[in-house]
Amino acid sequence: MEKPIDIVIHARGLTKDFGQLRAVDSVDFEVRKGEAFGLLGPNGAGKSTTMRMIASVSKRTGGELSILGLDPNEYGPDIRGHLGVVPQQDNLDLEIKVRENLIVYGRYFGLPMKFLRPKADELIEFVQLTEKAKAKVDTLSGGMKRRLTIARALINEPDILLLDEPTTGLDPQARHVLWDRLFRLKESGVTLVITTHYMDEAEQLCDRLIVMDKGRIMAAGTPASLIQEFSSREVVELRFGSDKNARLAEQLRGFGERIEVLPDRILIYTDTGEEDLARIVERGLRPVTSLVRRSSLEDVFLRLTGRSLIE
Amino acid sequence: MSGQASVHAGASAYFGQRRSAKSIAFGTWYVTEHRLRTMRAYLSSIVTVSVFNPVIYLFALGVGIGSYIDANSGAQGVEGVRYLIFVGPALLVSAALTTAFEECSYPVMGGFKWTREFWAMNAAPINGRQVVNGILLATGFRIVFTVSVFWCCLAAFGASPSGYGILAIPAAILSGLAFGTVIMAVASRLEEDDGWFPIINRLIITPMFLFSGTFFPLDQLPIWLRWLGWISPPLARHAIGTRSRVRYVGTALA
Ligand SMILES: Nc1ncnc2c1ncn2[C@@H]1O[C@H](COP(=O)(O)OP(=O)(O)O)[C@@H](O)[C@H]1O
Ligand SMILES: [Mg+2]
Repeated sequence: MEKPIDIVIHARGLTKDFGQLRAVDSVDFEVRKGEAFGLLGPNGAGKSTTMRMIASVSKRTGGELSILGLDPNEYGPDIRGHLGVVPQQDNLDLEIKVRENLIVYGRYFGLPMKFLRPKADELIEFVQLTEKAKAKVDTLSGGMKRRLTIARALINEPDILLLDEPTTGLDPQARHVLWDRLFRLKESGVTLVITTHYMDEAEQLCDRLIVMDKGRIMAAGTPASLIQEFSSREVVELRFGSDKNARLAEQLRGFGERIEVLPDRILIYTDTGEEDLARIVERGLRPVTSLVRRSSLEDVFLRLTGRSLIE
Repeated sequence: MSGQASVHAGASAYFGQRRSAKSIAFGTWYVTEHRLRTMRAYLSSIVTVSVFNPVIYLFALGVGIGSYIDANSGAQGVEGVRYLIFVGPALLVSAALTTAFEECSYPVMGGFKWTREFWAMNAAPINGRQVVNGILLATGFRIVFTVSVFWCCLAAFGASPSGYGILAIPAAILSGLAFGTVIMAVASRLEEDDGWFPIINRLIITPMFLFSGTFFPLDQLPIWLRWLGWISPPLARHAIGTRSRVRYVGTALA
């Protein structure tokens, strides 16, 4: 049983309009203390807009929102003192050094140098930038800048860390380094709110998530429960070549629970992938490539919206 | 950050009841601190310009052109004083305006559009008013430095005949800040870097510099051109005009 005190973010009917556009459309969710909560959705779903409302820098148009029990409309600065924010676009000071970025930022919370000097060193070590501590931010790679932004967001020892697309635009290796750091944070008890359009990121990092599309919540739950509810256990992926996929899909009718025909491949949702694939080949169908894999959140999204997460 | 314990170890001891209390009270100063740190990154260029600018101008205008003008204007001088004394305080004020322009133009636009660091400040408990005041205050510090150096150069060139000439310094600081505020307002409105700052520089600041009684008394202009001096944004006209008052006070009491 959750005590109310353990709910750190509470949204009911949360809505944001930009003129005629309803960017966030009456969403309900709760984030519990210490969990990693995800907002998964494609570009334009309203993830960043939701994040900015949580970060208490953008006023909601309607609905209820409370962060750590406080209403951001009234207690914006107080709430912001308890948050760490990693925005979608880095906004570091490029002209000063790595370590100075942390110190300067810590000063904005009114923290004294006596606290900030050792804290900055500790965080720089945590995000593995010790060698770059005295470098100008200009000279850092994209992944390093992202890690520095995370370190900066931790300088005030926040109760909630907000990460808007933390690994978008990074190469696979840089993403893994970053995931590893976020795992460590999660283990140490920091509440994480993460937006992403990468289903693997959501699966790896999030305890619970909401799937958003066009400002609405399409589904909510743990990655495993969402997959169980909206997809089969396994997926057979077949590629016959882009011109043949649609035509051959006809002949695959009867396989699995459901078939999705995408421009570049056919997906068969089934609980018995290998057997189905063997029977398909027995029938004389010769896919150029074939693959049996476990269902993912990408499949959940496809099922819910008929579209892929990344176009 | 290696262990579990450090996550909520230290910071809360330094926050009051409310985590925004200090930011609300001292946020402006925190922004100033940040700007001063950024200036430190280009400190050598600030110092170099602050020293070379007055030396070059005073040498060329005061000593070069000045000795020519003084030789031809007899005992009267320009508005009753040597040319160097006439032009010196105006150059000092214009150095203040240039400094304000530098600090309040591109850095402010960049804070919104390029580094986006103003958003970072706002994500902490800092508000827009504090950002503006903090940048102005830091600009003020830089102007103090620049005009102090300038004043020393004036004194070294013998262009400040009385101790009251030092009043040119506060006048220059106030003028610089007033001007910086206007530039900041423009900078924060610009959506793109589509060449507005060079335009402001060439079409507003330079004419202001040339035609508002800096180099020659305004009544030297034909009457149909004096409007240039009058419309030179009132701020700057006051600013550069202030040198007359300061100088007259200075000479009257000398
Ligand atoms: N400041 C803004 N003004 C107008 N429209 C906006 C603004 N911010 C976002 N939007 C619009 O709101 C919708 C949701 O945007 P966003 O929250 O950024 O989505 P996501 O982060 O999921 O990609 C988009 O259609 C976007 O164009
Ligand atoms: Mg976004």
